[in-house]
Amino acid sequence: MARLTIDRAQKRFGSYLALDDVSIAVEDGEFLAVLGPSGCGKTTLLRQIAGFDKLDGGQIRIGDRLVSSAQTHIPPEHRKLGIVFQSYALWPHMTVAENVAYGLTVAGVRDPERGKRVAAALDLVGLNGFAERRPGLLSGGQRQRVALARCLVTEPSLVLLDEPLANLDVHLRASMEEEFARFHERTGTTMVYITHDQAEAMALADRIAVMDRGRLLQLATPSLLYREPANVTVAGFIGEGMVLPATVLSAPQAGHCKVSVLGVEAVVRCRPDQAVTGQAKLCLRARDIGIAATGQDGLSATVERLSYQGGFFRMEARPANNQDVVLHLDAAEPAPAQAGEAIRIAITDGWIIPESISLDKAA
Amino acid sequence: MSLADPATLRTRVEETGLLWGLVGLVALLSLLPIGRLIVEGLAPGGQLSATALGKVMASPATWTATWNSLTTAIAGTILATLIGGTVALLATLTDIRARNAFTFCFVLPLMIAPQVTALAWLQLFGPSSTLLKLIGMAPPLGSRNPLYSREGIILLLGLQYAPLVFLTLRAGLRALPKELIEAGLAAGASPLTVLRTVVLPLMTPPLVAGIALCFVSSLGNFGIPAFLGIPGNFLVLPTLIYQRLAGLGPGVLSEVAILSLLIGLIAMAGILLQDLMLRRRDFRITTTSSAARPFELGRWRRPVELGLWAFAILVLAMPFLGLLSTSLIPAFGVPLNARTATLANYAYVLFEHAASKRAFVNSFLMSAGAATLIVLICVPLGYFIVWKKSRALRLLNLAAELPYAMPGVVLAIAAILLFLKPLPVLNVSLYNTIWIIVFAYLARFLVLGLRPVISGYLQIDRTLEEAAQIAGAGLPRRLVTIIFPLVAPAAVAGALLVFLTAFNELTVSALLWSSGAETLGVVVFSFEQGGDSTYASALAAVTVVVTVGLMASTTLFAQRLPQGVLPWRD
Repeated sequence: MARLTIDRAQKRFGSYLALDDVSIAVEDGEFLAVLGPSGCGKTTLLRQIAGFDKLDGGQIRIGDRLVSSAQTHIPPEHRKLGIVFQSYALWPHMTVAENVAYGLTVAGVRDPERGKRVAAALDLVGLNGFAERRPGLLSGGQRQRVALARCLVTEPSLVLLDEPLANLDVHLRASMEEEFARFHERTGTTMVYITHDQAEAMALADRIAVMDRGRLLQLATPSLLYREPANVTVAGFIGEGMVLPATVLSAPQAGHCKVSVLGVEAVVRCRPDQAVTGQAKLCLRARDIGIAATGQDGLSATVERLSYQGGFFRMEARPANNQDVVLHLDAAEPAPAQAGEAIRIAITDGWIIPESISLDKAA
Repeated sequence: MSLADPATLRTRVEETGLLWGLVGLVALLSLLPIGRLIVEGLAPGGQLSATALGKVMASPATWTATWNSLTTAIAGTILATLIGGTVALLATLTDIRARNAFTFCFVLPLMIAPQVTALAWLQLFGPSSTLLKLIGMAPPLGSRNPLYSREGIILLLGLQYAPLVFLTLRAGLRALPKELIEAGLAAGASPLTVLRTVVLPLMTPPLVAGIALCFVSSLGNFGIPAFLGIPGNFLVLPTLIYQRLAGLGPGVLSEVAILSLLIGLIAMAGILLQDLMLRRRDFRITTTSSAARPFELGRWRRPVELGLWAFAILVLAMPFLGLLSTSLIPAFGVPLNARTATLANYAYVLFEHAASKRAFVNSFLMSAGAATLIVLICVPLGYFIVWKKSRALRLLNLAAELPYAMPGVVLAIAAILLFLKPLPVLNVSLYNTIWIIVFAYLARFLVLGLRPVISGYLQIDRTLEEAAQIAGAGLPRRLVTIIFPLVAPAAVAGALLVFLTAFNELTVSALLWSSGAETLGVVVFSFEQGGDSTYASALAAVTVVVTVGLMASTTLFAQRLPQGVLPWRD
């Protein structure tokens, strides 16, 4: 097992900064997800850790060993890590068993030890009857399991997973997610999981690193990431947060403060050092707002659209006093209002996005 | 560089060692011979002198041959373009049936040795034509074979290289997005108007590329002018070089070096002209989509199909029937019938004639050896060119094209210059051995093996290699256990192209052969020159059977091949 330390990593492609001063410290045995839209730099980061590309600045260490810097580059074959590729990258000219055994053969492990470990790895992923098949004859989920077995048979101290579920259908995803979680639990290996799917990241990871345009935006536990986004981009990206201009009316007390938003007052969560300001940004999620009970304070709005989500409606509404904003909220069946009708919306929770926040504190 | 651990250091040494080994090898095969030739042109025999240059320039034979080369190459190219272009349009854009079979037949002449084609056509016409005699239409004895002429050479060059234009144009047509054609039709244009105003203008680059290829090939062709021109003393540059060298020996090496530089310059001019023509306009196609739906020929479909097949039979089957019929008669001039038909010629060339038997072994071993070595070079070479994006090798990739783009005599003369004296240090002489031919094959056909391998690499997911790297495998192990098996189908296709081309070639070996190191092409040539047309035909017929058999055998592993690496397969 090993720590993975990424320290101010920089990578340029021509004039484009694909990695801009990214620093992440992954604890021994931690499951870290790197989350971001395509082109955010997460794959570039993975290729740096694996050693497929050379770093332009900063350092990467696996355990205490410096593997990448502008001066040093340990080739991938000497980094002793494992990767599960998005395309699985199973060798079509070898059987399942040969695929899994490859890393052991390279490392000089001989039969019967090798055969035993291959059988154990296939057993672990539930593919013990498939040893002599060719990968081309397997289903997507089975290929993914072979890739996992191949990656883990050498017991690497660090495993990188590059969007491993992206090519699977929805049903298989859930069961493979479970498989990954079980694996992590059993082996205790440090895992770095690259994905653009936040549900996947939330379900699996101990911590999530959110990236955008080559920069690390926030590194935090899934719950903290959801409840206390560090900036507007994260707030918008995670859980479809709505970001609204707000005025902070009172100094924080027990993690809450009073704000004025869209002409109504509400009590929301905030950092203990939140200043009283007229320039704050409030992050609201659909579940933070709802239709006001009779007699409850609320802002008037007009329902614009209803879409049925199965068991509840997603409602889009435009506040009467600010036509530029669209709020979305969930409403139980039967629909309390139809499109075009007026409603009153109550704000029950929310988070004041800190003005500027250093990532270390957010972590 | 900071201190690296020994394992990392070893990896680095392995990779750079392999890279620079390849760089050296490709430079040795491509740049060295051409460089040596240029040195000889400037400083014959090692001294800066214009004597040889003056002598060559003052000789009227030089200019007659140059004029003949230019006229036959240009006219042959025009003929090839008309035939190949028309057939490509019909066979690609319309809804004719049995397209694959037709493509195979139409491309076949390209894979058959030019000297065999020439021999076959000679057997078809002329007063001694066995086939014409069979139907009582042979011209009177004593009349000249009409193919022994400038026009004969032009006709055969046109037929031999029409497939080159066909192949490049067809590749272009297949990449043409169907929207461009459909937009034209939707705008109300008739199919012919769309062809004239949309398709043909966009097809300029492949067409020009095909024409340039055709011109360079016609210019460098030795087999056809050797069989059709030498008897009537109609010389082109390659045959002039051959005659000088054969008649006067290596003493005239400086003069033939200048002649081969001259033909090299004409070839370069053709290639530069192609570049110039394509630079004037923007032909880039912006959209990509599936290939166009074929135009329906309607009631014209049958006549067009008949016409195409009739043409294929005329240029393919007829000459080979001529060849076959001559190979079956006991002596040239004897009519073929059930009583005269004999297999004695085959028995003679296969089992009796010493040089012919040797030539089979030589041609087979040299072609197979060259094909194997080229694959062994090309697999790591392609790896560095495509996946490692090595800049040094990209330039050498262009250099590797040079010996193939140049007419074969140029490389042959360069090889003589390189190996006439024993190799320094080793003090071994390759001259007058089969090894000088093997070297020339490696240099000339390297690019034939490299192209399929490169397209193979482009179609393989590189993560397959990365996965092996992550598993801890160094480059040598990855090459053997992962990369080679993955590019094997493409490499086999390349090896087959090299084998077939080398097996059928005459241009290089005509200048480099020596007693004991004959090739099949050389033996067919000397049989024909000695008047033994029956033996020549029998031997040629055997090579045709081997060639067609090997081409057809590729259907066996067709599914595993990357698209478009074998010219005769879709």
